[in-house]
Amino acid sequence: MLQNRRYIIQGLFILIGVVFLVKLFALQVTDDTYKFRAERNSRLRIVEFPFRGLIYDRNNELLVYNEPIYDLMVIPQDVFIEDTTRFCQLLNISHEAFEEKIWAAKKYHRAKPSPFLKKISHTEYAEIQDELYAYKGFYANPRTVRRYSSSILANEVGYIGEISQNQLDRDTTSYYRSGDHIGLTGLEQYYEPELRGERGAKYKLINVNGIQKGVYKNGALDTTSIAGRNLITTIDQELQKYAEWLMEGKRGSIVAIEPSTGEILAMVSSPSYDPNKLSGREFSNNYKLIAADTNKRLFNRAIMAKYPPGSIFKTVQALVGLDAGVIRADEQIVSKVERIGDHAALGSYDVTKGIEWSSNNYFHEVMRRVVNQGDDPNLFKDSRIGMDRWADAVRKFGFGSPLGIDIAGEEPGLVPDADYYDAIYPKHSWAYSTVQSLCIGQGELLVTPIQVANLAAIISNQGYYIKPHLVKGFEKDGAVEMIDFEKIYPGKGNEYYPAIIEGMARAAKRTASLAKIPGIEIAGKTGTAENGIKDETIDHSVFMAFAPKDNPKIAISVYVENAGWGGLASGITASLVMEKFIKGEIDHSGWFKREEYIRKSEYLKAVQKGNEEEQDN
Amino acid sequence: MRNEGGIGNLDWSVVLIYLVLITLGWFNIFAATYDDSAARSIFDLTTNSGKQLLWIGTSLVLIAIILIVDFRIYESLAPILYIIFILMLMAVLVFGKETNGAKAWFELGAFRLQPAELTKFATALLLARFVSSSGVKFSDFKSQVKALAIMFGPVALIMLQPDLGSALIFFSFMLAVFREGFPPVYLLVGLSAAIIGVMTIILPIETIIIVVVAVGIVWVLLTSRSVKNILITLILVASSIGFSFGFGYAFDEVLPEYQRNRILVIFYPDSIDPQNAGFNLNQSKIAIGSGGLTGKGFLEGTQTKGGFVPEQSTDFIFSTLAEEHGWLGSLILITLFMLLLSRILAIAERQKSQFSRVYAYSIAGIIFFHFTINIAMTMGLFPVVGIPLPFFSYGGSSLWSFTIMLFVLLKVDMHRTQILTRN
Repeated sequence: MLQNRRYIIQGLFILIGVVFLVKLFALQVTDDTYKFRAERNSRLRIVEFPFRGLIYDRNNELLVYNEPIYDLMVIPQDVFIEDTTRFCQLLNISHEAFEEKIWAAKKYHRAKPSPFLKKISHTEYAEIQDELYAYKGFYANPRTVRRYSSSILANEVGYIGEISQNQLDRDTTSYYRSGDHIGLTGLEQYYEPELRGERGAKYKLINVNGIQKGVYKNGALDTTSIAGRNLITTIDQELQKYAEWLMEGKRGSIVAIEPSTGEILAMVSSPSYDPNKLSGREFSNNYKLIAADTNKRLFNRAIMAKYPPGSIFKTVQALVGLDAGVIRADEQIVSKVERIGDHAALGSYDVTKGIEWSSNNYFHEVMRRVVNQGDDPNLFKDSRIGMDRWADAVRKFGFGSPLGIDIAGEEPGLVPDADYYDAIYPKHSWAYSTVQSLCIGQGELLVTPIQVANLAAIISNQGYYIKPHLVKGFEKDGAVEMIDFEKIYPGKGNEYYPAIIEGMARAAKRTASLAKIPGIEIAGKTGTAENGIKDETIDHSVFMAFAPKDNPKIAISVYVENAGWGGLASGITASLVMEKFIKGEIDHSGWFKREEYIRKSEYLKAVQKGNEEEQDN
Repeated sequence: MRNEGGIGNLDWSVVLIYLVLITLGWFNIFAATYDDSAARSIFDLTTNSGKQLLWIGTSLVLIAIILIVDFRIYESLAPILYIIFILMLMAVLVFGKETNGAKAWFELGAFRLQPAELTKFATALLLARFVSSSGVKFSDFKSQVKALAIMFGPVALIMLQPDLGSALIFFSFMLAVFREGFPPVYLLVGLSAAIIGVMTIILPIETIIIVVVAVGIVWVLLTSRSVKNILITLILVASSIGFSFGFGYAFDEVLPEYQRNRILVIFYPDSIDPQNAGFNLNQSKIAIGSGGLTGKGFLEGTQTKGGFVPEQSTDFIFSTLAEEHGWLGSLILITLFMLLLSRILAIAERQKSQFSRVYAYSIAGIIFFHFTINIAMTMGLFPVVGIPLPFFSYGGSSLWSFTIMLFVLLKVDMHRTQILTRN
């Protein structure tokens, strides 16, 4: 009888064994929360930042590179300093600051590293490096910051900075983490995916005290960082430097394009800032200063400033008229009545002569023929149909919408169409005569300097352009990948371009006679952009040109704000930049010292004399 | 001596399980204290695994001695051994070294001895001798009291150290006396007390009163409604409630906070004392739980290597095994213990002498209690009371005492036929 109690005891043993196995199965096999908790416990992820791609100019000259900087890290529990005073001297910090930093680090974690002093420059680090060895518990964590071989191209290259929460939320790739640096403006932003590379990570095993105990899973999860790709830009560093030097102390912009490729050779927005200031330790302080500057140094005038095109727009009028077939290049148009104020005499003009003399009344007639083609007997309705025809044709030349250059912030400008005027005037109450100031580039038209430079490129190419761009390819470990660009044709034909070019060549000689390059013929057109600001009475000086006339190598637009007549400030600047590019140096042999004239802003004297010769064209 | 008592009578299956357990234990001790950066050998005497090898070696010497010495001395020496260990338990309260708040150890230079370990052995021998002596019948109340006195005498002294874990082990003798006819009512009372105790910890007193009263009413309705039955039920219900009050008071007011936390953390693993008791238990559960089906691999346990689990080579050795070898490893370990315990029960039942049988059951009970409490505590099913896993945990005292207890049983078993002829 009592023997049966054996089975009760045996049963109890087995029951406990089974209970354990079931409970363990639940704990170990079905519930995986413990797996994650174990990983969270014991895995330390150390990020390996990739080497950001470098930026080169068109001649393989380095524009932007990375410079190592150092974060001095501290592990509080390892700290042993014999002479605190010496240590503070070495780092150039006060005793109070030292105590404060150590205390903050201890508060974070006694056994884990925290930054003690951030962003120590390479030179500073070199000075303290040898002595630093003696202080236990401190080590330097190398990172990189952007450095610039010259203080140029600030707004074009852009800057990098810490990613914002907003950007983090929008990051669909889940690549970025809080605290990451990301390109915020310019090329740094546009080519962020190419430049940044891929972050790597090393996983370390840590123990209960946070101390590293070796490699996690023998490095099976580790990834090495992949360096970013280098950018090959279209910028000519020497030309860029020269152009920025010419624009020092002025407000305005220069855009120079190689017409056959659409490559931007130089792009200046003045005033600008020293790009080195928005990199490294002083970023936030400097950014505040620069952003607060009333000169709008972060405003890239070359792509963001909008001006009425003025007389340079007459070339577009001629091209639109010729392409529409409403005029012929050699057709003499006689204006007998002054429909619009004019500096040129009334009389007989063809395309070349019209551009040469900048005849307002000739282009008034050209545009009228484009707009009013008798599609409707009602003049208002006919004008309405014609306006859209005209606007479409003008837009084909790259106006009214961003060209799509490879940095953000490009302004579209404005090409008004029928809907635009319907919003201003009652429908069918406006006709060509209402909007006729458009024919000479005034009125509601707004263009950006890059669009004007692009127009110069179209004319120099005799009928096509390639989207202006700053980067033509990528390079990594010697492997180069070039970006393909297509030619864009704004019109149907190109046979009438020589007449335009001839007109521009003559106009340049006539209206910008000081803006000449010894030995090289240029084609150019001056313009004066009326200043919208009431208190500023001096107009903006505008010049659009390309050279050499018969074999164009460079097309350019120059805007100098409040500098008056286009033939002086802008024209001479343009001639210098083009000469520098074509010849590689400036010919100083002539009696007229163009470079000095621009550097000293001597054109202002002419302006101040008071529009002595009211020759705006 | 003819063939009787020869080495051929040794139960080799138990010996084999024993050898497997101490070997696996040794490897796991190595894993528990392994440090990648130091990469010391398993034989390195500065590590626990190296020291454990010394304990294993000396255990083998002990086995040899046990197999040589006459099996009869255990029965005759039982009272003297018992008295010696009672005296040692008293002495340790005076001369013992206090560690972790308990005076449980003698320290003689580098050598440490925990008298409670071998007191279990002495108690098992004396209990076996008492039960097998003539005139002892468990239907007799006097015999019951005497047996209880032998079993729980040392508990009083051990609780003075205090060492709750070791004290709990002495309840394992209830299995042995139960097999010999001890009235089951004691077990029922004990079980009820345990249930009410647990309820007191996790439920408000009002709920317990309602539950106990309801159980009483149902009991009366299901059995007889005689006055006697009602009266007895009433007394039981009242004493249950009284016990709950008393237990609740003792738990809240008498128990030191760290011990109270060790119990509470089982029921509230994430909210109680997250820095200490909660942390330790959670880390042990994370180690076990992260093992998965097949484990992370030998020496690959991140919890183990990171030192997240305290006392990992001793009381929490199971978490190392479970982390590095997963559920399958746990299955092997639990199966080994089940085989060992079943084998000991089989040995017990083939004994012709009652002394041998009671002793065998006592050993089975002690091993079973250690195994159950140890694994339950690493999984968070039982309070952390500091009890080693037999043959597996690091430590000389523990390994020696289990070796002695097990091989004395095997020695006695070798002579089972002789005992028959003597009787």
